[in-house]
Amino acid sequence: MFDGPEPIYVQIAQMIRAQVLAGELAEEEQVMSTTQFATTFRINPATAAKAFAGLVDEGVLYKRRGLGMFVAPGARERLLAEHRRRYFDEVLAPALAQAELLGIPADDVAAYVRGRRPTGTTTDSKERP
Amino acid sequence: MTTPTPFGARLEHVVVRYGTRREMVGDSTLVKREATTALDGATLTIRPGVITGLLGRNGAGKSTLVSLLAAFARPTSGTVAVGPEGAQEDPWENAWTTSNVQLVRESGDLMDDEKLSVSLDYYADLRPHWDADLAGRLLDRFEVSTRTKPGALSRGKKSAVGATIGLASRAPLTILDEVYLGMDAPTRYAFYSEVLADYAEHPRTIVLSSHLVEEVERLFEDVVILDRGGVLLAEPVEDLRARGHSLTGPAAAVAELTDGRRVLHEQRLGGTVQVTLEGALTDDERATARAAGVEVGSVPVQDLFVHLTEPRRADR
Repeated sequence: MFDGPEPIYVQIAQMIRAQVLAGELAEEEQVMSTTQFATTFRINPATAAKAFAGLVDEGVLYKRRGLGMFVAPGARERLLAEHRRRYFDEVLAPALAQAELLGIPADDVAAYVRGRRPTGTTTDSKERP
Repeated sequence: MTTPTPFGARLEHVVVRYGTRREMVGDSTLVKREATTALDGATLTIRPGVITGLLGRNGAGKSTLVSLLAAFARPTSGTVAVGPEGAQEDPWENAWTTSNVQLVRESGDLMDDEKLSVSLDYYADLRPHWDADLAGRLLDRFEVSTRTKPGALSRGKKSAVGATIGLASRAPLTILDEVYLGMDAPTRYAFYSEVLADYAEHPRTIVLSSHLVEEVERLFEDVVILDRGGVLLAEPVEDLRARGHSLTGPAAAVAELTDGRRVLHEQRLGGTVQVTLEGALTDDERATARAAGVEVGSVPVQDLFVHLTEPRRADR
């Protein structure tokens, strides 16, 4: 856990964002306290606090005085919007660059995409009943 | 229970030299040993309220350094100051700082022939912020009976008692010098969790020395690395992590990015090379690396420590 190249507080924030995005942490749900987080993952409480403070600034979490940290209302929607915005640049562009390197024609990539997914479905499947 | 103000510490140009001494060798003859320099001009600050990791190879001066803070030793020259921010004093023969600094040494400092409860009573008298409930709970967790004589305890259990005394003293400056020795892995993890939990609840200054760098690096906010009696670095651990990075990719591309930088370590596997470089990369350099198919990674603190204290490094 937290072995990536980024500073540990960045990785903690990424983990919590991913949990919110996946719906594992629901809106208005309480997240672990800094102390619980620190002892569970055996990291310095200041490192955990730095990650949480960053998430509060981003509007992913909010603080309730004396109670702890909670997932902010609308946090998931905001994260989804942001990740959708970055998807093409950060996920698809490198995948296409790799395809080009391997000599896979764009038509093959497009056919694969169409075969996997009927056109027109752009919304997140989790939101549908 | 109130939490006392954490203590910081400051060392300036500290030299500790042990004088010439006579030593008995195997065949009971006396030989004269040269004076050893344990610390040679050490200057550093230990921030109050922070967990600082104290790292160094064997003989780097770690134990000498902490014995100065606890006033178990006095510097040959230079100054040592201990106390809350703005009110630091020389700890030597200073009852106020000494009662507020708990150094747990590998030896344990216990009365071996008396029941453990006698040693605990002694520490309870010595430490104004002693928490007997915490001591009891920790000893239960580490499965040590207060009726046992410390002399009969295994290395690991003795260390667990040291950890207990360190935490239960709630000293504004608590120093745990290789307290993990002999503990099995589950006990060490329990020890780390207890340190963090009690630290979070009662913020204070904790200095932790260990050779198990990988296990403890995330507990630290600051890190001090001693090397042959000197302070190699004293900084936030995030800064140390930023001191190195690794590049992995095709040999030619890596060589181009490496140009003009200090290579700490190099590994080759066919046409692929992995180098550990000193210093941070700029955003431009990262982009160049990505474009050239070179992966930029972090370097574990353990590896940085090994490379930075490499005896054959030429720049010293």
